[in-house]
Amino acid sequence: MWPTVSPQSRSSPSADGAAILRLEQLTRTFAVGDQFVRALDGVDLQVAAGEYISLMGPSGSGKSTLLNILGLLDRPTSGEYWLAGEQTSTMSDDRLADTRQREIGFVFQFFHLIHRMTAVENVELPMMLAGVPPAERRARAREVLQRMGLEARINHRSSQLSGGERQRVAIARAVVMQPKILLADEPTGNLDSVSGGEVIRIVEALHEEGLTLIVVTHDQALGSRAHRRLLMRDGRIVQDVSG
Amino acid sequence: MRLADRHRVAFSALARTPLRTAMLLLATAIGVAAVLMLTALGEAARGYIADEFQSLGTDLLVVLPGRTETSGAGAGMMSGATPRDITLDDARALLRSSAIAAVAPLVVGESPVSVGSLERDVTIMGTTASYAAIRRWTMASGEFLPDVDMDRESPVCVIGDTIGRELFRGEPPVGRWLRVGDRRCRVAGLLARQGVSVMVDVDTVVMIPVAMAQSLFDSAGLFRVLIQARSRDVMPAARRFVLDTFRERHHGEEDVTVITQDAVLKTFDGILGALTMALAGIAAVSLLVAGVLIMNVMLVAVSQRTQEIGLLKALGARRSQVLALFLTEALYLALLGAFAGLLLGFAGVWLLGSLYPDFTFHPPLWAVAGAVLTSMACGMLFGILPARRASRLDPVAALARR
Repeated sequence: MWPTVSPQSRSSPSADGAAILRLEQLTRTFAVGDQFVRALDGVDLQVAAGEYISLMGPSGSGKSTLLNILGLLDRPTSGEYWLAGEQTSTMSDDRLADTRQREIGFVFQFFHLIHRMTAVENVELPMMLAGVPPAERRARAREVLQRMGLEARINHRSSQLSGGERQRVAIARAVVMQPKILLADEPTGNLDSVSGGEVIRIVEALHEEGLTLIVVTHDQALGSRAHRRLLMRDGRIVQDVSG
Repeated sequence: MRLADRHRVAFSALARTPLRTAMLLLATAIGVAAVLMLTALGEAARGYIADEFQSLGTDLLVVLPGRTETSGAGAGMMSGATPRDITLDDARALLRSSAIAAVAPLVVGESPVSVGSLERDVTIMGTTASYAAIRRWTMASGEFLPDVDMDRESPVCVIGDTIGRELFRGEPPVGRWLRVGDRRCRVAGLLARQGVSVMVDVDTVVMIPVAMAQSLFDSAGLFRVLIQARSRDVMPAARRFVLDTFRERHHGEEDVTVITQDAVLKTFDGILGALTMALAGIAAVSLLVAGVLIMNVMLVAVSQRTQEIGLLKALGARRSQVLALFLTEALYLALLGAFAGLLLGFAGVWLLGSLYPDFTFHPPLWAVAGAVLTSMACGMLFGILPARRASRLDPVAALARR
């Protein structure tokens, strides 16, 4: 039941494998006052299913903007983005929301848990939006939380959890719908090194099971663990190193 | 998203801010309660007036001199011309109809009334024995005026409860004599206490035979003639007979006005019905105010929960789902508020009823249904703006807000 993956995605990924993401000349421009700022400036990228990618670069280089577009939270100003072979620019808002729900998991620097809810309720949230019956989603949420080593914290409210525990709940929430892609924005940025290490171990284990993993980080040590490392500057990918 | 989940999420969001929710519920509840109580008041007034007229009997016709009198002053008075008097012979002629059961002529005036050294000015009503039957008056002691010919000036009178107490100082008045103007008469009966009936304080009148009243006030004309039809069914026939008789006796001129109880009742009913509607309208304004309050608070809630909304969107919530969530919250507020308002309103109506037992307080069903529906409509209407704002939030900006 845990993220079911096809045999080929389990195999060692490479850039010429089945592309799960493909970007062509992607730009994103923001209006700031009466000026336009080009946050992404012609990005081309192809990601194969099952890759483990780190996205690094100085603040303002466009990492988060790219991550938001990859996660279908934002639309590019121009260029094309294919997700699992589908052109996203022609998708309606509802279609984007459904695709986001099915295909993509998010992990944020600040966890974004709902404080009034317990750990298990937070994990149930995406399944609730998808209309999964209560008994089934409770069972699935419990199972995922157990895998995160949080069985003792299932009924704790998020305010009663440590930072590391919160991030693990957030990861459980991100993967409970069994997405193909996990997008993590500074997942260890708000954690001490022990908790951060634990979180890295978990996401890498998920990747081992076939999940495509894209991590935005400032942390050189974390970034260098990825199999493919992208460096961004001024809205462009200036370095793309594999191995 | 399943319906049950939507309700659970909306409810838990409201439960998270209990004080704010309670205040909003109170605002809606006051609006609904106001509609209930004010319409109950209006209906009570209507019921009271209807009862008053009902006590006169619905088979009653009243004849007054002059045409189309619509107020206390006759048309004749307004134009300076005096209409032809209605005489006792006219009244007697009405008894010929099989549709008419009883006729009571009425003369009204003011005169000093005294017993020994005690004297006061009193409303004098000159009439016949039929009057008590038509008005359904009962006696506390003694008898009403004697059933003799209308022309006969028997020296008897019937007095109201207050007159009895004030002039005879607790002594039984029946059989005693009193002076009305320059005449003396024996008290034949004491009216049972009944207070104000159709704008006249019955407890402070003295009733004398109609012929005596005519000579006392030196007037041949009658103030009114009260006619009781044999039944409600023959009212139109009785009315036709009355008009025909007067036309015949007054040389072909139709110079009297015939009023039926039903017509008067209908007029009052219409006026008081409009009053009730006006009160309901005023109360409905407070429901609108509650709606605006809901909108305000929901807008605040949306801005407070921006991050949460962003998260829901990141997790795959559609715009319509976010919209439905916030609308459900607004609807909950309106619905719970309406329910609380019903409780409050019925409690208030019960309180009014126990404070003023003479009136029957019942909020009409249309007001109850209308108040509940209006409050729900307000909740939805004013909930739409905040809900739309929430559903249109940009998820990136919403998540970035700390």
